Amino acid sequence: MISALRQASRSYAAIPRRVAAAAGSPRLTPQLRTLITKKYTEEHETVTYDDATGLGIVTITEHAQSSLGDVVFVELPQLDSKVEKGDQIGAVESVKAASDIYAPVSGIIREINEQLNDQPGLLNKAPETKGWLCKIEMTKPEEMEELMTEAAYHDLHES
Amino acid sequence: MSALRTLTRTRLAQPVCRVARLSLRGLATSTGELKKTGLYDFHVANGAKMVPFAGYSMPLSYGDVGQVASHTHVRTSAGLFDVGHMVQSNFRGATVTQFLEWLTPSSLDSLPPYTSTLSVLLNEKGGIIDDTVITKHSDTAFYVVTNSSRRERDLAWFSSKLEEWNASERAKDGKVDIEVLDGWGLLALQGPESASYLQSLTSFDLSELTFGKSAFVPLEGFNLHVARGGYTGEDGFEISIPPQHAAEVAALLSKTPVQLTGLGARDSLRLEAGMCLYGNDLDEDTTPVEAGLTWVIGKDRREAGERGNFIGAEAVRKHLKDGPPRRRVGLVVDGAPARQGAKIFAPSGGELIGTVTSGIPSPTLSKNIAMAYVQTGFHKKGTEVEVDVRNKRRTAVLTPMPFVKSRYWRG
Repeated sequence: MISALRQASRSYAAIPRRVAAAAGSPRLTPQLRTLITKKYTEEHETVTYDDATGLGIVTITEHAQSSLGDVVFVELPQLDSKVEKGDQIGAVESVKAASDIYAPVSGIIREINEQLNDQPGLLNKAPETKGWLCKIEMTKPEEMEELMTEAAYHDLHES
Repeated sequence: MSALRTLTRTRLAQPVCRVARLSLRGLATSTGELKKTGLYDFHVANGAKMVPFAGYSMPLSYGDVGQVASHTHVRTSAGLFDVGHMVQSNFRGATVTQFLEWLTPSSLDSLPPYTSTLSVLLNEKGGIIDDTVITKHSDTAFYVVTNSSRRERDLAWFSSKLEEWNASERAKDGKVDIEVLDGWGLLALQGPESASYLQSLTSFDLSELTFGKSAFVPLEGFNLHVARGGYTGEDGFEISIPPQHAAEVAALLSKTPVQLTGLGARDSLRLEAGMCLYGNDLDEDTTPVEAGLTWVIGKDRREAGERGNFIGAEAVRKHLKDGPPRRRVGLVVDGAPARQGAKIFAPSGGELIGTVTSGIPSPTLSKNIAMAYVQTGFHKKGTEVEVDVRNKRRTAVLTPMPFVKSRYWRG
């Protein structure tokens, strides 16, 4: 399973659909040849990498939003800034706490979800979809391999 | 996400800075060693999310009611808080007034019976060991509530000072003793609808019980100590309950429209009300003058002399006479909320002038509010300063507290 995934992120063309399905990856586009991989970080973020565009969509997890409570302010990353994996790139503020957002992968911030400026509550309503934070043009797609699968993430915070 | 790190058990031992204090309290104790108030089962049955706080497992929130909704409910209706983790004590004895006037700068002598006052326990340097609410029942009996987070420090202090007092000439008219009401319940019913709700359960005329007063009130067969006041800025009551009845009374006090309210909302409500949280806004290196609590120092106790003799008096008087070097102030911060530890600078990239001690986005005001200490000179309302949040300077304005107007019942 793990080796299959490693392979998956390297040469998408040869990978059958069921591998992507096994990784629990939602297929966001109809193109068969695009592999979209969703991974999780210990910092309670997700990255969904589309290797057709080279963009990784960064979100916080459902678990994160429920733990944080009502999000009232989101500090978004700087557009077009170059970030290294682990850099602090923004923050999510609930009444009770500020939580830093760390770049889960390296690259350039190509899009930010400006809707969050007016509607920070989107992070609670739809953290892993409409409440996305930014899109990173990944300079090191192989970093995806170092992140956790959905199952590994859930094991981590439920253990 | 740093705040969440504290939520996963594997990371409990690694507190991260700039995370709300709330989630960090009590982390030194593992979950297994946490104490429970008598209402633990009641909370769990009501869908509470329990978190470690000051050595106790306490409700952060209930069910799927978010912190903002819970907060707003207390401001507009009524909420019930379990504050049974706090330390309740009775002090008794012929010289108890003088004893407590030695430990605090309050004028307890002239305090009328069944009246409460906010006070501070001071160390020899005038630093605040704890803030406390002292209720006088008579010249020989006081009821004192102190913070759970300071339990060990306070009780050791009381114990050593009692020993010193009782062995001295000052106790010649009678010794003083302390009874810690361990296991007793303490519930805070808070909000504009709390009085009408409580009135429906008692024949006692609560309109007579104005802010700062207390009484033994018959409540559906119980006779309970009820003090009017609280930690939200709203009208409300703090009700002390013998251990065996705590859960029953909690059930009685939590019917519609009252909502059970957790520590999350408690923190945002108290901060809007401009009230201090010990450990954040007060500590042993801070005098009551610096803390903006000069009003707790009795007017007849400010000058040297017999009445002015209390532990820490010399340092406190120095701050009263010369002015304190720094002061607790309120801030409204633009952009991002400033949290505990955020540095404050003079305008236009000026020098470091202070530090934020508590800060939240205010649910009531939809502004970022904060408590802070700043150098004297920068403490006047309307002064513009800059606060560093995530390496960006944000403008902030010194704003009088309370941020949200208090609505106590004064009759």
